[in-house]
Amino acid sequence: MTYREAIRLALREEMNRDSSVFVMGEEVGLFDGSYKVTSGLMDEFGPDRVRDTPISEEAFVGAGVGAAMIGERPVVEIMTLNFLLVAMDQVINHAAKVGAMFGGEVRVPMVIRTPNGAGNQLTAQHSQSFDGWFAGTPGLKVIAPSNPRDARALLKAAIRDDDPVLFIENLPLYKQKGEVDTADDSVGEIGRAAVAREGSDLTMVSHSFATTRCLDVAERLESEHGYSVEVIDLRSLRPLDVETVSESVARTNRAVCVEEGWPTYGVTAELAARIQRACFDDLDAPVERVGMAEVPLPYAKSLEIEAMPNTDRIIAAAIATLEGAK
Amino acid sequence: MAGAVTTDEPSVGPVERLSLYSSMVLSREFETEAERQYKAAKIGGYCHLSSGQEAATVGCVEGLGEDDYLVTGYRCHGFALARGVPPEEVMAELFGRQGGCAHGRGGSMHLLDVDRNYYGGWGIVAGQLPVATGLALGAVRQDRRSAVLCELGDGAVNMGAWHESLNLAALWDLPIVFLVVNNSYGMGTSVERASAEPEIYRRAEAHRMHGERIDGNDLDAVLEASTRLLDRARSERLPAVIEAVTYRYRGHSVADAGIAYRSKEEVASWKEHRDPISLQRDLLLTQGVPEDEIAGVERAAIEAVRRAVEFADSSPEPSTDEMASGVYSPGSARQFERMRPGSPFGEASLTFDAGLGS
Repeated sequence: MTYREAIRLALREEMNRDSSVFVMGEEVGLFDGSYKVTSGLMDEFGPDRVRDTPISEEAFVGAGVGAAMIGERPVVEIMTLNFLLVAMDQVINHAAKVGAMFGGEVRVPMVIRTPNGAGNQLTAQHSQSFDGWFAGTPGLKVIAPSNPRDARALLKAAIRDDDPVLFIENLPLYKQKGEVDTADDSVGEIGRAAVAREGSDLTMVSHSFATTRCLDVAERLESEHGYSVEVIDLRSLRPLDVETVSESVARTNRAVCVEEGWPTYGVTAELAARIQRACFDDLDAPVERVGMAEVPLPYAKSLEIEAMPNTDRIIAAAIATLEGAK
Repeated sequence: MAGAVTTDEPSVGPVERLSLYSSMVLSREFETEAERQYKAAKIGGYCHLSSGQEAATVGCVEGLGEDDYLVTGYRCHGFALARGVPPEEVMAELFGRQGGCAHGRGGSMHLLDVDRNYYGGWGIVAGQLPVATGLALGAVRQDRRSAVLCELGDGAVNMGAWHESLNLAALWDLPIVFLVVNNSYGMGTSVERASAEPEIYRRAEAHRMHGERIDGNDLDAVLEASTRLLDRARSERLPAVIEAVTYRYRGHSVADAGIAYRSKEEVASWKEHRDPISLQRDLLLTQGVPEDEIAGVERAAIEAVRRAVEFADSSPEPSTDEMASGVYSPGSARQFERMRPGSPFGEASLTFDAGLGS
């Protein structure tokens, strides 16, 4: 099934299991979901549990926080991560603070689901990935799966978790297909990376759609250049599974970190810092990073392609790491 | 005070009035002592006092039932006390001690008491409105006959969160009453200098919501309005706005002398003519409550505050070993166990060994 269908399945399963789970967001009901993730759910669960909201992110994200504080389990959909910016106060200064600031007396079991990603000429205001901002905030958990199986299992885990979870999806991933065992109703484990591909010459660390890119690159590096590349899929950004990353880099002695967002102060910046400290004696080359070009994303297709962490740029970074910069 | 409702005939009998008076005096004495303790450096951070606003605070909280919810901004000591949070726990929180209602993690602005359905004490102007709206949504989803009282200041009504929350509350028929404590100034900016529509209650109309302005220093008027509108919210799921016009005697916070933006005469005039506690004291005497009974209540409030300071002083500092407790839910330690390698110097011991989700 597709990534989109896997998320829908997880929503349906959790809503059937627990009546305190409800979905809320713009166009989630009557419109069938802006990206059709919630398609059919309003017919199945009714307008109270699949609640259409006005365009009012600050209010309905905050309403999710409040409802969660008294035991509801809201799953709030934000049309794209870019629109979460107008609700940042509720995410960072409210949802993320409740547990600590109130001395552990009350919790916020809430999920915010939202896609990010670029590549459809949506231009500067609609093509951003701020994963690192949120993952740098104590009090939040941030999950960003790369395939349908993990999306289903980890969304179920996020919904059952007692803390606020930002569940980052990705526009190009929605149509991606993968094996999902519908009979296996198991819940994923938060804070565990996966080795998406085994290899011995280089470790590529990625999450979400960047993992798809890295798997493609790994194939090409093997078939065209004869290198054996390991790909780590982080799955969870906070908690971050540095153990799996550092164990891999200790074996391969080389690391390239890839993300869809801007690398400066980004997820890859954090990874590079962790890797150099955990694997200082193991590294045979500097840790390399690939991300979005550091510009507001331009509209022109030619510029957009060049700005994104495309396969050619990742391959160039990998070759430089493997062979030394030329 | 255009449009403000003031009661002519006191509706509250002497016994109930003495009880409410006691709560108002406790609030005043508590704030006076908090300022002393702040100046003695026992209290840090921001400390926003509500002296002068006791009728608005106590009158509105009195309209709440046990199963109703209370949410406030950061000028919240009086609200916590009126809701029944023990003064000891409030003062200990101000002192940053383990015995505080938020175990020393919140301080003056972030009081709460889940057992009494007081869901905070929030520090970002208007940020508590969406949260309170969500409490009302949750209460409806859970089929509770509960109303939410959400307090905010006059400065909060120019924030987007105010408009968004009123819209959602009206659109979804949520049982919530927004209490605007209009004490005339948002920090040092008067309502007239901040709001194009200074009759704040009228803004409810834009959302087809009922709004009314009351004399926030008239306990009877406050109690009547809060009881009526909270009842209506509870039984008919009708949201409302109450604008309680009152006055803050002290500065915005203890650090503000409160004289740069208003005259000493203005402050003195409110104290002399409109002090909510003096007004209640006069009414008690008029209703035949003996002077010594009133004095007894006043002594008891002073004694309660003395005991609160004593408790706060003797309550232990929170343990550094538990610094990260509460940040994540119990059980999260396992999720975070693989985050340790390469963590910033010193962070591993603080973040991962300090009670994280254990």
